[in-house]
Amino acid sequence: MARPGGRVFVARAQVMDTDEVSRALRRIAHEVIERNHGLGQVAVIGLQTGGVPLAERLVAVLREIEGVDVPLGTLDVAFYRDDIGLRPVLPEEVTSIPVDLTGATVVLVDDVLFTGRTVRAALDALADYGRARAVQLAVMVDRGHRELPIRPDYVGKNLPTRRDEVVDVTSEGVNIGELVAERSQR
Amino acid sequence: MTTTMETSEASTAVQSQTMASRATEAARESGVRHLVSITDLDREGMLGIFHLADAFKEVAERPIPRVPALRGKTVATLFFEASTRTRLSFEAAAKRLSADVMSFSASTSSLEKGESLRDTIETIDAMGVDAMVVRHKSSGVPSQVRAWTKASVVNGGDGQHEHPTQALLDCYTIREALLERTPAGVAGPEDLRGMRIAIVGDVRHSRVARSDVLAMTALGAEVVLVGPRTLLPPSLEGWPVKATADLDGLLDSLDVVYLLRIQKERAQAALVPSMEEYHERFGLTRERAARLDERVLVMHPGPMNRGVEIAPEAADLPSSLITRQVKNGVLIRMAVLFHLLGAGGPLPAGAFGGIETGTTETSGAADA
Repeated sequence: MARPGGRVFVARAQVMDTDEVSRALRRIAHEVIERNHGLGQVAVIGLQTGGVPLAERLVAVLREIEGVDVPLGTLDVAFYRDDIGLRPVLPEEVTSIPVDLTGATVVLVDDVLFTGRTVRAALDALADYGRARAVQLAVMVDRGHRELPIRPDYVGKNLPTRRDEVVDVTSEGVNIGELVAERSQR
Repeated sequence: MTTTMETSEASTAVQSQTMASRATEAARESGVRHLVSITDLDREGMLGIFHLADAFKEVAERPIPRVPALRGKTVATLFFEASTRTRLSFEAAAKRLSADVMSFSASTSSLEKGESLRDTIETIDAMGVDAMVVRHKSSGVPSQVRAWTKASVVNGGDGQHEHPTQALLDCYTIREALLERTPAGVAGPEDLRGMRIAIVGDVRHSRVARSDVLAMTALGAEVVLVGPRTLLPPSLEGWPVKATADLDGLLDSLDVVYLLRIQKERAQAALVPSMEEYHERFGLTRERAARLDERVLVMHPGPMNRGVEIAPEAADLPSSLITRQVKNGVLIRMAVLFHLLGAGGPLPAGAFGGIETGTTETSGAADA
């Protein structure tokens, strides 16, 4: 898996397999329903790009449990980041929010919660789409090292990490490892 | 003005190519980016700008069409030559990115009092700006301005040289029209490959044509220049284009008709016999418009002379992209400003000691 700067992710250990991710999603779905007393007014928004497949799966599980189609959107926060100009910032995908968020309860979905800066940017971005009644945060992995007062409402797994480690969430599960220069790998 | 560089077109074109590539080198070393010539961007660079513009299209459709991406940055628009749309377009773009805008026009400035261009630029630079959008009647001024400021320089049109953001918005508009025609589920065209585009009119004096030819051909289109010999470049050497005076012979094979503005002075200078005769031979007359296949896109950089290069009704054809060009102009200029000031900004070494660059960088996919 190629990363910026010609470095590649090398997995050291698997921390969740596909079954564990599925079970965590199912538990989060139940928690979302319980906390919000059903799914009326709930909208699910995946953060580009890692949060989007998880958001899609969460919506599918919610449909399975409650028989309700929850509105699904995607959000790219590139233009709201606080490190613009400090590092290359480029939108990955075009944001798509198909519903008016005014009065809705938004469940933001991302794969990994780390510094919290992406979530801060996402909160700023969401405000431009309407005044949500509440915003909740669901993440598959909370790896700590927060730099802002942000905490998740729904967590797949709490994972203690070192700052320099990398957590990678894919459809094959969750891995922890390091970024290694491409050359040293060969 | 010390910077007047009105040389013959052919040599200007060659000169601008080498100047542009040198500028790109210099920009890479200093870390400051500029858009002085369309050749500052290669094919991938242009497609990257289009990708950004796509993202800004979503922003433009919101109730509050504004993002904080360039908060705290200052964009100065320095228009030494009259312009309405380009200037307003750049200012709208900067404001939608939350940048501050400083505006300057030659008629109300100290230039009137005899201040030199260099002193004016250095004064504005000293006030602290991040980007300067420069329009000037003399070719080469934006290129020269780069040496006098630490800001990113964007060419807003210089003499008969280039108008790179116009070329970007033109190509983006064609690509958008092609994508809209593509049936759902089929991958749309990435660039302008296979398109046959006629640029009709005063190509010789047109900075729009110069930038458009370079951009369109870099994106894979075939370009034919059409006009009376007096208004075509004296030499096409080094240009991957053909030229003809026979618009009617070409009309059925085209995908895009791009009409350039004819300036009234050209008739006075005896380059065209009269505006009426020009309209008959090279204008998009009512008859030609009726003959055009409905898939043929009609474009014009504005401002239009209805009745000269285009019949009054032809500008309002359903296949006319003229208002779309204006709309997309803002998106493209947002993309250019963000590209120069935000997207790829170099990491200042040692600055922001509190931020561990390693972790911020790796957080691309693994951070929430």
